Amino acid sequence: MTNRPLITIKGTRDGLTLYMDDNCSFDVLMEELEKILSREQTDEDDPLITVNIQLGYRLLHKENEDRLREIIRRKNKLVVHRIESEVIEKKEALKWKDESDIKCYTQIVRSGQVLNITGDLLLVGDVNPGGKVMATGNIFVLGSLRGIAHAGVNDNKKAVIAASYMEPSQLRIADLISRPPDQEADGVYMECGYVDAKRNTIIMDRLSILGKIRPDLNGLERRILNG
Amino acid sequence: MGEAIVITSGKGGVGKTTTTANLGTSLALLDKKVCLIDTDIGLRNLDVIMGLENRIIYDIIDVIEKRCKLNQALIKDKRFECLYLLPAAQTSDKSALTPDGMIEIINELKPEYDYILIDCPAGIEQGYKNAVAGADKAIVVTTPEKSSVRDADRIIGLLEQENIDPPHLVINRIRNHMMKNGDMLEVDEIVQILSIDLLGIVADDDDVIKASNHGEPVAFQPNTRASIAYRNIAKRILGESVPLLSLDEKPTFLDKMKNFFAIQKRK
Repeated sequence: MTNRPLITIKGTRDGLTLYMDDNCSFDVLMEELEKILSREQTDEDDPLITVNIQLGYRLLHKENEDRLREIIRRKNKLVVHRIESEVIEKKEALKWKDESDIKCYTQIVRSGQVLNITGDLLLVGDVNPGGKVMATGNIFVLGSLRGIAHAGVNDNKKAVIAASYMEPSQLRIADLISRPPDQEADGVYMECGYVDAKRNTIIMDRLSILGKIRPDLNGLERRILNG
Repeated sequence: MGEAIVITSGKGGVGKTTTTANLGTSLALLDKKVCLIDTDIGLRNLDVIMGLENRIIYDIIDVIEKRCKLNQALIKDKRFECLYLLPAAQTSDKSALTPDGMIEIINELKPEYDYILIDCPAGIEQGYKNAVAGADKAIVVTTPEKSSVRDADRIIGLLEQENIDPPHLVINRIRNHMMKNGDMLEVDEIVQILSIDLLGIVADDDDVIKASNHGEPVAFQPNTRASIAYRNIAKRILGESVPLLSLDEKPTFLDKMKNFFAIQKRK
């Protein structure tokens, strides 16, 4: 065995960070962890300590992750905050990419048709009354939005809906729904809808506001920054 | 080899059958050999509008169930040598008509005729599927009403999934004064929403109803607004470019006088 310890513990303001060696076998690592934890003494009066775990280049299966959490949980005052790894599964990576990609469609979504996609939707064409577009991310319509648009389907309230011509029958973001006022209003050009965090409702505003309220829309690498 | 054109709308009562009868008549007037097919089993109307009701002996179901030959079921129009009608059945079971049966009939008609116009029933169920099955082209009829434009949009969406050319649009029953007041959707607005090529516009004219009730399509009449509109559409089907008819009514003598005095006053 090398001289380097398998597990390094660092205390920070936010709690403990455990750096785990990524070359040894998982069983050895767990034995080591139990050894270290049994050395630590905690009193009943101590406050809860959050633990961040850095796995390095080790990929944990669900079973192993549960085992890791179990060992730490056995120690009274420790709470696992998060487990971070430098690597992810290929499947997960592809899913991640799929969800953060912008999908471009050139078609007219007509009455009775539904366009449901993962990720951001860029629709070059109209959404006609009775038609529906759904996306897990944002929705951008280069055309007239006259039907229903549902952005952030998986409860993503950060999602926005933007259209060159906005005259929707309904806008939905995550689980919020809004519709235009009953006194028949004409549509508006270059508008967007987003969720106002304070009032928890969908707000309509001109397109130029997007840069201020959702600065992370700039650039394609934004999702990676957001994690 | 002829061309099969289905005339459809989704919504009922917008003028599919009237349009079919008048386009058939107009094409016949232009010396084309035309066959009209009524696919609205149980609610046939095309024979009534053409004034051929009392000549029906066999119908399309008889042809499909091989009780007669196709030629026996075809009814020759009383005015033209080159216009024929294949009537729908009024009593038979609806399910007897199938897409395959339609394709078979249309393929048999194609070598004989220049144009085969298929009158589609309202709705998007089996009847619609039968009517569209053998068609090469489609004409979508709509009126300047929201509900009928909505249904037209739905139909266009369904037609796009079929293996036929992009559909063309006919806007029927336009009332000019309502359009001007903004009480009806405007032609441009409809075309913008549906975003398909406009084939023609037809005014809502009393003459159309009058003529249909007499069993003589309005297209026969030399110069009502509707008959000119239908004949223009027929010319556009043949590939001629004809400008859209102005919807403005001809000023009456009284209007002219009023205008004249208005100008005088301004001076």
